[in-house]
Amino acid sequence: MPSLSESLAGIGEMFGAYRSMSRQGVLGMNARNRLYIGRYNQRRLFPLVDNKLKTKQLAQQYEIAVPELIGVIDSQHQVSMLSKHLLGLESFVIKPAKGSGGKGILVIQGHDGDGWIKASGDRVTLQDVQRHVSNILAGLYSLGGAQDVAIIEHCIRFDDSLANYSFEGVPDIRVIVCRGFPVMAMTRLATRESDGKANLHQGAVGVGLSLKTGRAINGVMHGKLVQAHPDTLERLSELVIPQWDELLNLAAGCYEMTGLGYIGTDVVIDRDKGPMLLELNARPGLAIQMANGKGLLPGLRKIDALTDAELRRPAAQRVALSQQWFAD
Amino acid sequence: MIKRNLPYALLVGLLLLAGIAQILHRHWVYDVPLLPGDAQTIWSVEAKVEFDANGEPVKVRLATPDSQPGFMVLRDSGASPGYGLSFVPDDHPGAEWTKRSAEGKQSLFYRVDVLESDAHDLMDESAPPIITSSWPEPYASAVTQVVQQAYSTSADHFSLTRELLKAFNSDPRDQHVQLLVSQYRQRLPQLIVDMLNMAGVPSRVVYGLRLQDGRRQQTLLPYIRVWQGDNSQVFDVPLQERNPTLFDPTAPLLLWEQRGEPVIEVMGGENSQVRFSMIKREESAFGNVANRLSDEHDLLNFSIHSLPIEEQAMFKTILLIPIGALIVCLLRVLIGLKTSGTFMPVLIALAFIQTSLVTGLVGFLIIVATGLVIRGYLSHLNLLLVSRISATIITVIAIIGVFSVASYKFGLTEGLKITFFPMIILSWTIERMSILWEEEGWREVMTQGGGSLLTAVIAFWAMSNPLVRHLTFNFIGVQLVIMAVVLMLGTYTGYRLLELKRFVKLGKH
Ligand SMILES: Nc1ncnc2c1ncn2[C@@H]1O[C@H](COP(=O)(O)OP(=O)(O)O)[C@@H](O)[C@H]1O
Ligand SMILES: [Mg+2]
Repeated sequence: MPSLSESLAGIGEMFGAYRSMSRQGVLGMNARNRLYIGRYNQRRLFPLVDNKLKTKQLAQQYEIAVPELIGVIDSQHQVSMLSKHLLGLESFVIKPAKGSGGKGILVIQGHDGDGWIKASGDRVTLQDVQRHVSNILAGLYSLGGAQDVAIIEHCIRFDDSLANYSFEGVPDIRVIVCRGFPVMAMTRLATRESDGKANLHQGAVGVGLSLKTGRAINGVMHGKLVQAHPDTLERLSELVIPQWDELLNLAAGCYEMTGLGYIGTDVVIDRDKGPMLLELNARPGLAIQMANGKGLLPGLRKIDALTDAELRRPAAQRVALSQQWFAD
Repeated sequence: MIKRNLPYALLVGLLLLAGIAQILHRHWVYDVPLLPGDAQTIWSVEAKVEFDANGEPVKVRLATPDSQPGFMVLRDSGASPGYGLSFVPDDHPGAEWTKRSAEGKQSLFYRVDVLESDAHDLMDESAPPIITSSWPEPYASAVTQVVQQAYSTSADHFSLTRELLKAFNSDPRDQHVQLLVSQYRQRLPQLIVDMLNMAGVPSRVVYGLRLQDGRRQQTLLPYIRVWQGDNSQVFDVPLQERNPTLFDPTAPLLLWEQRGEPVIEVMGGENSQVRFSMIKREESAFGNVANRLSDEHDLLNFSIHSLPIEEQAMFKTILLIPIGALIVCLLRVLIGLKTSGTFMPVLIALAFIQTSLVTGLVGFLIIVATGLVIRGYLSHLNLLLVSRISATIITVIAIIGVFSVASYKFGLTEGLKITFFPMIILSWTIERMSILWEEEGWREVMTQGGGSLLTAVIAFWAMSNPLVRHLTFNFIGVQLVIMAVVLMLGTYTGYRLLELKRFVKLGKH
């Protein structure tokens, strides 16, 4: 049992932590849910982003670049016709429309006889792919086991400048966009430990990015600062995301597209076609604050106070304003 | 911003004010104590008589209890629309309902409030006369044998009774006893009384009720009452069938019928039965008087207590659920504990209340662990969700069945309480945990499972706390206050306790 004075010191420390966190403007779960998601995201708009197929179709209407759709498999009897879709394809990606956290995503990067090569280098046969699609349809990867459809899309070939920063996976860039204004950004780098997935709690590296330049600020892995990628040993401070302004414009444009006022956009950069939207998230996590070493609230409060005139600006102007306000 | 928050602030203020006002009003005007301790225990017992009337004049007589050592009868009343009701206070107290003609299913209610009291001057029954009975052979000689055996190994009336009962309870039974049991199984209480009379011990079959808070659908059980001079003792009848999970031999025993009369007589009807519900209340002695004076329809005295006892007993539990919900709110919003299924812990806590904490925890872990193993196999079959959950439900029921039987076989009657768990909820818990295991690994299962259990234990602790039970049941205002607190928690946007740990580095810049 801790003594009374120890307990008091502990409580004092807690209040100290609370005060300094709120001084730094760290966004907590309660505030995120009530003040941002609850206030800016209407319930009826959630289905647009909870289903990747809908997001993709919507994005095409708004001329926001997305990986090109090859086909959709939505019933068991179409599974046998899978080979027609895949005929002559060098690389492709199959994923569940309602998946999350990287579950059920099959990335194929090459052809090999009558089979294919996965990102990890393993071989898969047509039967393997068919079984995978069947599992997606049965809801194995979607929330609560709901029935789902499988999306087949083109595989992104990522920009060479990023090749050394990721272990078996495409690094994606998460931008928090509040009422159309980018507020904070980071990139998630897959590691051997995270099994090629870009999920921070599975051991991926999160790298905070300067909104102004797209240059790395700070890298964290399991909540601790890191200087280099643990597998490729590349120094993170050298990391710069190419085509940064275009990327931010794309992210900011997702506000008009969905009407959601608080979103996390996942963007990847294709070597040839530039930034492309992978998916949107209406409940983006808080870990981006760790990667950037600062809280979200100062930026969000600034956006809260904007006038209607400022809110009506086109995406490019909003991005410019954000870069000016949130440069550090 | 302010405009939108004004109605909210008003609502919360109003709820708080109304809640507190109701509590104080009941405390001051009706003298309901705020603490459970400084009060007397009153049991309200309701008898529900049901029978099928056959169109003729109906007369129903229900024996009613008298003040007796341990209990003082405060008030009694009956309710049954269309019936004439009179209380016959002669030497066989009873309630008598009459009606010129009735047809179909009938329900009559009788309710009595008794005060637990150790006053010495409570009237007591005196010993009945000895009645000699005779039995045909070979039973007569068996009776003589057994009585003589018990007589020779005892010193007085009470020890004689104990010896006699021991002979019936022993396993294996003596052959004479076995003979008597096989012949008189249905009339065992009367047989034992007759045998006691034969040995010159005044005794009688009485009917009584073990008082346990919130019990419903109870029946009277026979007991044997034995006198020695002015003293008397009540003994259990051997070889009784009763549900070992519900039986509590320490609960106070209210003798309902103690004069050897039938408990219920129905003329003009058939298939009659009596069921009892009971509930415990704490009131100050003055409150009794006040309650008796106040008329039942007083709006300000609005309380659950105007309902029939059976419904009151149900509400006693229902009114605790908001406490559980409040605890979940506190733990999630202020602490940031992760649970699997938002309110699942409250239901688990409710089950714990019935099983007791340790039994409940062990039972829960056994069911969920076994369920997870079997669910692990099911997931290989790649089934559709609905059939998978259905299969899990059936599995859970099977586990519960197996453990009940096994623990009963080993003589662990505690194990039978496993049936109190909400099976469908458990199945969903298993399903969710199993998906979690596949997707996020065992670590996440442990955090969420541990969080759920911790929440359940805290909710259990709060919901079984005597003060909390007293307040929620006696003061409806408490519900309004809880509502206000929950509404306030819903607008809390500060950090959760566990976030302080997660983000503490960010504060250090
Ligand atoms: N078309 C694609 N080409 C290459 N990699 C992809 C593609 N789609 C997804 N990925 C990889 O899978 C990861 C998760 O994809 P995403 O669509 O964001 O799904 P989730 O909702 O599961 O996070 C991405 O970070 C990327 O590494
Ligand atoms: Mg993603």
